[in-house]
Amino acid sequence: MGQTLLKISHLHKKFGDRVILKDLNLEVKKGEVVVVIGPSGCGKSTFLRCLNALEDIQGGEVLLDGEPVRKDASNVSAMRQKIGMVFQSYDLFPHKTVMGNILLAPLKVQKRDRQEVEREAVELLGKVGLADRRDDYPRQLSGGQKQRVAIVRALIMHPEILLLDEITAALDPEMVHEVLQVVLALAKNGRTMLIVTHEMAFARAIADRILFLEDGEIVEESGDPKAFFEKPQTERARQFLRSFEY
Amino acid sequence: MQSLGIDVLFKGTNFIRLLGGLWVAVRISLISVALSILLGLVVGVLMTSRSKILRALFRIYLEIVRIMPQMVLLFVVYFGTTRVFGWNLAAETSAVIVFTFWGVAEMGDLVRGALISIPKIQYESAEALGLVPTQTYRYVILPQTVRRLIPLSINLVTRMIKTTSLVMMIGIVEVLKVAQQIIEANRRVSPNAAFGVFAVVFLLYFLICWPIGRLAAYLEKRWA
Repeated sequence: MGQTLLKISHLHKKFGDRVILKDLNLEVKKGEVVVVIGPSGCGKSTFLRCLNALEDIQGGEVLLDGEPVRKDASNVSAMRQKIGMVFQSYDLFPHKTVMGNILLAPLKVQKRDRQEVEREAVELLGKVGLADRRDDYPRQLSGGQKQRVAIVRALIMHPEILLLDEITAALDPEMVHEVLQVVLALAKNGRTMLIVTHEMAFARAIADRILFLEDGEIVEESGDPKAFFEKPQTERARQFLRSFEY
Repeated sequence: MQSLGIDVLFKGTNFIRLLGGLWVAVRISLISVALSILLGLVVGVLMTSRSKILRALFRIYLEIVRIMPQMVLLFVVYFGTTRVFGWNLAAETSAVIVFTFWGVAEMGDLVRGALISIPKIQYESAEALGLVPTQTYRYVILPQTVRRLIPLSINLVTRMIKTTSLVMMIGIVEVLKVAQQIIEANRRVSPNAAFGVFAVVFLLYFLICWPIGRLAAYLEKRWA
C-alpha cells in the first residue's frame, strides 16, 4: 500500500441549517479498501457524494492526488473521471444498450478510440459474466446484472478510486452474492475503494479499514476489521452491530 | 332502403373538392403543429426555469389557453383584431396563429412534464462519469425526454387536426365546409346526401388520425 490517494480534511456538510457531516477527516491510501458503516441517515451516502462533488460542501476540502475536488471548480469533470461511482439504484441510462451505457463516457468525455474502448468493454463484461448481454437494454436485465453493468461503466473510465454507495441495498438477496463477488475480485486486484454498505459479512471480508459513522461523525475507526466486528471499542458501535443479530 | 346519398360525391369534381378541403385542414394543422413543437420545446424548458415570475407567466398563459374555447380565440384573432388594431389577417393566418397559440402552451406543458419526470439521479450518474452539463443534456436527458414526449405530442396533433373543423366559422373552406356546400347544392336531387357525405368526412378524419394514433401506441410500447 503506497502513498495517500484521497485526503479529506475538516469536511463539513449542511443541508440548510441541518448539519449532516461534522469535521470529517480521512486519508485513503492507494490500494486500500475502506468500508463505511453506520445507521440509516448517519450521512454515509452524503459523505460519498461529497467526494465526487455531487454535493457542495460548506467547509474543509477533499483532495485527490493533492488536487481539490469542488463542485464549482472548472476542473470538476476531469476530477470526476478519476473517481468512479456506483449507486444503489444502478441508474443505467434506460435508452441505451449495455454497450451504449458503457461506451458513452469514454467516447464523449475522454474522446478515446472506439475500437480500443469496445475491446476493453467486451473484456470487462466477460469478467463480470455478462459477455452475452452487450446489446440488451437495461430493462431486460435483472437488478444484479444491471449493477454489474454499472460497475463496468465506472471501471472503463480507469478511475483511481471507486466509490460504492450501498450497491446491494436494492437487490434481491440471491443477487447480492454475484455483485459482491465482482467487488471482492476488484479488491484482490488492488483497486482503491470506498464502500458504504449494510452487508456486515461483506464489510468484514473486504475491508482494510472500517469506519463507523453516526450523526455525521466518525465514532470509531479500525484498521482491524476482525477485531472491530468481534469487539468494538465504543458502546454505540456495539449497539449498532447488535442490531444485525437475531 | 333509402339511398345514403353517397352518390353525390361522384358527380363532377365533388370528391376532389372534398379532398382539397381535407388538405386545407391538414395544411393548417401541419404548420401549427410544426410551430407548436419548435416553440413548445423552448417554452417547456422555460417552464422549468428557476425564475418564479417566468413560471407564473407561463402558468397564466397555459390557463388562458385551457379555459378559452378555441372558437372564441379564432373570433378574437380574426374579427377582433381587424377593428381594434386595423390588422387585415387572412383567415388561414388567423387559424395558424390561434392553433399555434394553443399548441405552444400544451406542448410546453408536455415538455415540462417530460423534463421533470426524468429522475435527478440520471443527471447525477451522468455527471459522476465526468459528463459536463451540455453533454448530460444531449446524450442522457434529451433522448429520454423526447421518447416520453412523442406519444403525448401525437395525441395533441390528432386533437388539433380534429379541431380544425372550427375554422369554417371564420370562412375557411375546409373539408367540412366543402361537404356542406356539396350537400346544399344537391338538396333537391339527393336529399339524403347529408348522411352519406358527412359519413365520408368522418371517414376521412378517421383515416388521417387513426394511423397517427397507432404510431403513438407503437412508440409508447417500444420505448416503455
